[in-house]
Amino acid sequence: MKDPAERGLRESATFDRATIAAIQHAARTGVYDIRGWGAKRAVPHFDDLLVLGASMSRYPLEGYRERCDTDVVLGDRHATRPLHLDIPVTIAGMSFGALSAQAKEALGRGASEVGTSTTTGDGGMTDEERGESKTLVYQLLPSRYGMNPDHLRAADAIEVVLGQGAKPGGGGMLLGQKISDRVAEMRTLPPGIDQRSACRHPDWTGPDDLAIKIGELREITDWEKPIYVKVGATRTYYDVKLAVAAGADVVVVDGMQGGTAATQEVFIEHVGIPILAAIPQAALALQELGVHRKVQLIVSGGIRTGADVAKAMALGADAVAIGTAALIALGDNDPQYAAEYEALGSGAGYYDDFQDGRDPAGITTQDPELSARLDPVEGGRRVANYLRVLTMEAQTLARACGKGHVRHLEPEDLVALTIEAAAMARVPLAGTSWIPGHGL
Amino acid sequence: MAALSRAEADARSPVVFDLHETTVRALNAELHAPTATSYEVLHPQGAHSLGAGIHDEIDVAVRGHAGYFCAGMNKLGRVVVDGSAGNGVAENMMSGSVRVRGDASQSAGATGRGGLLVIEGSASMRCGISMKGIDIVVGGSVGPMSAFMAQAGRLVVCGDAGDGLGDSIYEARLYVRGSVGTLGADCVEKPLRDEHVAELGELLDAAGLDHRPEEFRRFGSARGLYHFTGDHGSY
Repeated sequence: MKDPAERGLRESATFDRATIAAIQHAARTGVYDIRGWGAKRAVPHFDDLLVLGASMSRYPLEGYRERCDTDVVLGDRHATRPLHLDIPVTIAGMSFGALSAQAKEALGRGASEVGTSTTTGDGGMTDEERGESKTLVYQLLPSRYGMNPDHLRAADAIEVVLGQGAKPGGGGMLLGQKISDRVAEMRTLPPGIDQRSACRHPDWTGPDDLAIKIGELREITDWEKPIYVKVGATRTYYDVKLAVAAGADVVVVDGMQGGTAATQEVFIEHVGIPILAAIPQAALALQELGVHRKVQLIVSGGIRTGADVAKAMALGADAVAIGTAALIALGDNDPQYAAEYEALGSGAGYYDDFQDGRDPAGITTQDPELSARLDPVEGGRRVANYLRVLTMEAQTLARACGKGHVRHLEPEDLVALTIEAAAMARVPLAGTSWIPGHGL
Repeated sequence: MAALSRAEADARSPVVFDLHETTVRALNAELHAPTATSYEVLHPQGAHSLGAGIHDEIDVAVRGHAGYFCAGMNKLGRVVVDGSAGNGVAENMMSGSVRVRGDASQSAGATGRGGLLVIEGSASMRCGISMKGIDIVVGGSVGPMSAFMAQAGRLVVCGDAGDGLGDSIYEARLYVRGSVGTLGADCVEKPLRDEHVAELGELLDAAGLDHRPEEFRRFGSARGLYHFTGDHGSY
C-alpha cells in the first residue's frame, strides 16, 4: 500500500496519529494513559544553543593535552563532609521498585568507577546499591517509603525531594505488577496493589517549615551530610531562592524532559518548563543571593551528550544529573530486544511503558527472569563508559573555549539558534547581540 | 531493699542539659553517643529537634515544651515531654517510646515505623499521617486528616476525630472512642471483634489509660483504591 502522503493525503497537525490513538485509547478504556520516560514533545533544548570556540579574541587549550579539570565539590556550605566528585555528571534518583535491583547495582558500579555519585529513589536504600556505590545520595521523599535513620547516617548526602521535572506537583506511582514481595516489604505496603506516593511532605508545609526540617536532618546526622533540595522546574527563580533560604547546601532543578517510571501522560507533557528555561532562572537566583558556586546547582532533564553537559554548566550549573540517558546506557530500548518490544505493542526506540513491569531489558521490572537479563557488572561498565564519554566531550568543548576547568564555561561562551532559545537561555541570538526580553 | 551507694545513685541520676547554658547541638551530640543512660533537658523553651536521631536505649525527660520534630526518627530511646510538643513529634519513629504529657501539634507520629507514641492531651491535624507501623495513643482528640494514607500500625483516639479521618488509608487500624467528623476516601467503619478488643486493651494499658475497649469503634480501609480503574478520580 502506498504511503498516505504519496497518495496526496494530509495528516492533521492538530489531530496527528498519536493524538488520534490517544483519543481512541481513552474512548476504549475510560482510563488515561500512564507511562514512563519524560516529555516527548519538542521543546527548546541544548541543541538550540551553540558554543563559541576560541579564535582571535579567545585563546584555546590544546585538546587532549592541556589540563581541563572536571571535579566538583558539593555541599560545603554547612556540611562537615561535603562530596568531592571527579566528574560533574551524577546519576539521578531512581527507585528500587521502579528499577530492578540489578539496574540499581549497575548504576552504583558505573558511577563509582568514574568517581561520581548515584542516588536512591522513592523506595528506600537497598544493600546492593549502598554496597556498590562509593558515593550515595539518599532521598527524603513525601512518601518516606523505607525511610530509616540508619540509612540517613549511612548515606553520603541527603536529597529532600519536593518534586521532579516529569511531574512537578504530583506524587509517584508504582503499579501493582511491580510491587513484588521485596518492594512491598520495603515500602510497608500490601504486595500487588497499585501504589500511590504522596505529593506533599507529611510533616512540614512551606519553606519556613522546610528550614526546620533540614535542621532536624542535620541534627540526626550530626551536621556531616550535605543536604540537597530537589525541585521540578516551574517557578524556578522563586523556588531556588526559597530552597537557599531554607538552608539547602545544593539545589537540584529537574526540567520537564526529566524521566519518570510511571506518571500520567497529561502530566508529563503539560506541566513544568524545559531545563533550558530553568537554569538561567536558578543561576540568577543564586547570584542575587550571593551564593552562586557556594550553594551548588545540579540540573537534570534531557542531558544526553557532553555538549549538553558543557552548555548546562556554561549557563551556571555546577553539575548535571542523568536518568533516562543512564538507562539507555544500561540497555534500555536496545535493538536486540526489538521483537519483544513489538510484542508489547511498542518498538525499540519508542518503549516507555516503564510502569508495566515487562521491560525486556530487565531494567524497569521486578520480574525475576527479566531482571536476570541485566548483568550488573557489564551494566556498570557500560554506564561508566558513557559517563567517561560525556565528560570527555564536555572537556573538548571547554578546552575549545580556553577553559582549564569545565566549571569555567560561562554564558558568554554560548549563542542561540532560535529566538525562543535565546529568550529562555538568556544568551544572544547567533550573529547578534540580541537577547529577547533584555533590550536591544 | 538496700540503700544505694553514692556512686550508684550518681550513676542512676540523670545527666542534666540546661538549654539556658548549652545548645541543642551539644545535647543531641551527647544523645547520639551517650555516656549515661538517663538525661534531663531543662528550659527547652520550644527548641526544635530535641532528641532527634536517638539510637540507644536511653531515657530522656524534657522538662517543658518542645518545638518541631522532638524525638524525630527515634530508635530505642524513651522520651518524655513534660509539656506540649510542636509539629512532627516522633516523626518516623522506628522503636522505643515517646510520651507527651500535654498536647501535640500537627503530624504527630508522621510516617512512624515502630514504637509507641502517647499523647496525653490532644493532637492537631494529620496525626499519624503515612504511619508505617507505629502505635499512637491520643488521650484527647485529633484534628482533621489524621491517619492520611496510613499504611500500618494502630491509632487510638480516646476523644473525637476531625474530618477526613483515614483518607486513602492502607492497612493501619484506627480506633476512636468519640465522634468522627467525616471519613476520608476509602476509610470505613469495621466490626470491633475480640482480637481488636484485646489489642486495644493492650495499647490502652501501655499508654496508662483506663478506658474500656468496648467503647471504641474501629475504622480501616475498604481497599477500594488498591487498583487503578476508571471508576474513580483518586489517582
